[in-house]
Amino acid sequence: MPTKIEKDSLSGQNTTGHEWDGLKELNTPLPKWWLWTFYACIAFSLVWVVIYPALPIPGATGTSGWIAREAVVRDVQEAEARMAPMMNRLRAATPAQIAADPEMRAFAMAGGRGAFANNCAGCHGAGGQGALGGFPSLADDEWIWGGSLDAIHQTITHGVRANESDDQRQSMMPRFLADGVLTRPQVNDVAEHVLSLTNRATDQASAGRGAELYADNCASCHGEKGEGNRDLGAPRLSDQVWLYGGDKAAIVQSIAKARAGVMPSWGKRLDPAIINMLTVYVHSLGGGE
Amino acid sequence: MFRWLRDHGVIERNVILMGVLTLLTVSIGGLVQIVPLFALETTIERVQGMRPYTPLEQMGRNIYVREGCYVCHSQMVRPFRDELERYGHYSLAAESMYDHPFQWGSKRSGPDLARVGGRYSDDWHAAHLRSPRAVVPASIMPPYSFLDRPLDYDRVADHLRALRAVGVPYSDEMIANAKADLEVQARPDADAAGLNARYARARQGAFDGDPVRITEMDALVAYLQMLGTLVDFRDVTPAQLRQQ
Repeated sequence: MPTKIEKDSLSGQNTTGHEWDGLKELNTPLPKWWLWTFYACIAFSLVWVVIYPALPIPGATGTSGWIAREAVVRDVQEAEARMAPMMNRLRAATPAQIAADPEMRAFAMAGGRGAFANNCAGCHGAGGQGALGGFPSLADDEWIWGGSLDAIHQTITHGVRANESDDQRQSMMPRFLADGVLTRPQVNDVAEHVLSLTNRATDQASAGRGAELYADNCASCHGEKGEGNRDLGAPRLSDQVWLYGGDKAAIVQSIAKARAGVMPSWGKRLDPAIINMLTVYVHSLGGGE
Repeated sequence: MFRWLRDHGVIERNVILMGVLTLLTVSIGGLVQIVPLFALETTIERVQGMRPYTPLEQMGRNIYVREGCYVCHSQMVRPFRDELERYGHYSLAAESMYDHPFQWGSKRSGPDLARVGGRYSDDWHAAHLRSPRAVVPASIMPPYSFLDRPLDYDRVADHLRALRAVGVPYSDEMIANAKADLEVQARPDADAAGLNARYARARQGAFDGDPVRITEMDALVAYLQMLGTLVDFRDVTPAQLRQQ
């Protein structure tokens, strides 16, 4: 036990009473404000255990009866009640009615921006600019399945090839090489012909041979001059907007193995009012028809 | 105040007294941690739809753990309104009851993934894992293009067996068919009758875009695409969500 507690003359504090080879240690007490804050925290924690569900006992709720899962339900219900007047109008209206009504449109644009950022921006980009590799731009006037309010609403609600809705956008381009419809040189000829639609053919003879193959195999969906067909979801080939790249290698790949992008259906995930808001918002991004 | 605390020298000089008091202290700490686990069952909600992971999903889950995805992505939608608005229904204990180890995580450098299943296409997941900035320019996620290498799944049945040992209800039939089920799920043209009978709502697909080769990408995308999709919350009643 420490036996030689003495007062240090410089600091005025006691020493611990230990001595090691002539070295002594000051026993400076903790600051009083710190010590009493510490005691207050202990006292507060005891109160907390009683009021809130802190004990690891099944069914323990604390005297306040507060439960996180019930609190969040209340929060959601309050928010829904606040927004209900406008949300009910948006749910009942068609996208065209919303777009024509300044008040509903303003609400839909604000709500649509948030819903787009959360649900759509991953694939279609923060501003709807899309991304190479099958994620179409929504900000231009090139539409695969149509850019009218009704067409956009249909696509959002039912999705594309997601097999989640019977009314989904559905089309399946044949895999011309993989399924043995065309040979490898024929695929090359068709690709040259597709390039020639935008005056980019590198081999005119090949493009000429490809013209007939194109007419037999491709024109029924993509059109005689590559103008595309929105009823079938066949993209226009006569412009410079390409979903999977417009260089020859990408076009050959598209013909040989086909492409079949998938978009989830949002009809069962999102409130009909939110789908209406998204429709109006997407329509406004630059390409709405 | 607390002068008696200075007398710990008595304890330090008496090894038997010190042993007894140490045992007492450790016991209290142990009991506080262990006793609540006896009542673990009471925390699991009685919801419909949960099933063990399919072999392909489980292999994807192993890759998820191996790559440390949990370091940046949580799998825990907390019960706050803003989380519900963004991610969907808050996570249930039941939804991770077959997770060993669970991947709740505690940090979100990226978004929560507890309900990412079905929100994107398979193509998007593959493109995004190969090169995140090709589809999300502002992303800070590292690329995982090496996942296009073949999946090593010869011993997938052993993985299921190990999980069964810690309580996941894999049947003998599931374990016997593990390798075949894995291959069927990754090949969209294969007959999935057996897979669907054993694992409800298992989705077949060429998850990495290639219907022939079975890669780590296939497994990881299959896992991501089922996350949070098993419980149909339109059918859940408030009584089922009560813990106890």
